[in-house]
Amino acid sequence: MRDGRVVKGVRFRGHTVVGEIMDLAARERDEGAGELVVYDITASPEGRSVDREWVRRVAAVLDIPFCVAGGIASVADAEAVLAAGAEKVSVNSPALADPALIARLAARFGSQCVVVGIDSETTAHGYRVHALTGDPDRARDSGRETLAWAQEVQDRGAGEIVLNCMASDGVRRGYDLAQLAAVRAVCHVPLVASGGAGEIAHFEAVFRDAGVDAALAASVFHSGLIRISELKTALARAGVEVRP
Amino acid sequence: MTVDPIDVVIVDSGGANLASLQFALERLSARSLVSADGEVIRRAPRVLLPGVGSAQDAMARLRATGLDGVLRELRQPLLGICLGMQLLYRRSEEGDTPCLGILPATVRRLEPAKGRPVPHMGWNRVHARRDVALLDGLEDGEHLYFVHSFAAPVTPDSVAVTDYGMDLTAVVQRDNFSGTQFHPERSGKAGARVLYNFLRLPACS
Repeated sequence: MRDGRVVKGVRFRGHTVVGEIMDLAARERDEGAGELVVYDITASPEGRSVDREWVRRVAAVLDIPFCVAGGIASVADAEAVLAAGAEKVSVNSPALADPALIARLAARFGSQCVVVGIDSETTAHGYRVHALTGDPDRARDSGRETLAWAQEVQDRGAGEIVLNCMASDGVRRGYDLAQLAAVRAVCHVPLVASGGAGEIAHFEAVFRDAGVDAALAASVFHSGLIRISELKTALARAGVEVRP
Repeated sequence: MTVDPIDVVIVDSGGANLASLQFALERLSARSLVSADGEVIRRAPRVLLPGVGSAQDAMARLRATGLDGVLRELRQPLLGICLGMQLLYRRSEEGDTPCLGILPATVRRLEPAKGRPVPHMGWNRVHARRDVALLDGLEDGEHLYFVHSFAAPVTPDSVAVTDYGMDLTAVVQRDNFSGTQFHPERSGKAGARVLYNFLRLPACS
């Protein structure tokens, strides 16, 4: 989300509008999505929290889990988003700025409510966590190493990790299996793969080879390139347990 | 003066997360009221006990307001959801907390294992062990959405189970008290059917 519309970029740049939130939320629900995650990508760079009004409108039509991210920097911010109908909050830049936030959220709402999103870039110095990625001009290396941060957020009470592999994002050449498998090895909470889905085989590979618990995708679903119903049939045939 | 009759009272146990349940009831055209008032809850046709947070916090809040006693004595249908179901048991390992004691068992911590992260978060198959009105219209092995780190063991009161490394109670029922470990309000059509079934249970007084 940016300015109230659903956008998608490539490698976190050049975001274009792909649709209206209510239309896409209802469509992915009806297609059989297992969960909807909405990121208000400019909230953190703009120093504000996600807009609750659309959280409420989306929550009202969803009968599947709903996770919201965007500038949630305090227990009060999270409380407002959950009161508007989200099940989970996902924190990324605010957790990097204030790692103790994770424990405060987990103490108040339980770990199951607290997702930590990690935007991880592949660099010459290994996998590095980036912050403020919603705005290409402000995005920066957080100074943290991805595997260490994944362990730290679990110790602090995160109940789920969404690993977004930035180099793969939006290019549809497949998930970063090596990086996801490396994080899987240190991750005892649910791990969600994000970034790179382009075809059904990519989903099969990420469940089989990286051992993730869920796979997140955006552009391939919103564009209609992959229908969730077809994807689930294919995954079931490949032996991945999915809700029909 | 006439008062709009309501179908169900949602116990406000202090969790922030009642909105998704209210939305789900609205989608079923059910009239609900959120309350922490013992009198309102006593007079309710049906009672929903949701739960977010920890067992110790939730029980502390129920005790502070005297609602623990109110809930134990209810005769109308009650449905606990997730933590709300766990509170019906005698005890929870979460903070080693004495709970409502309506059901005789101890809620245990889930242990993570390879391929089974904790919290258990996701869609899992539910298998009925008994034929109860709450599960009318559900197929065997239907997927429902679970989010939990603690779970109730299978006992004679377990009317449906789910497998997460071992069988766990997915739905429990004893007399007028019932509960679901999964979140019916976020479990698609199957979850909506469970809520619908609950709302159809006769509101005996």
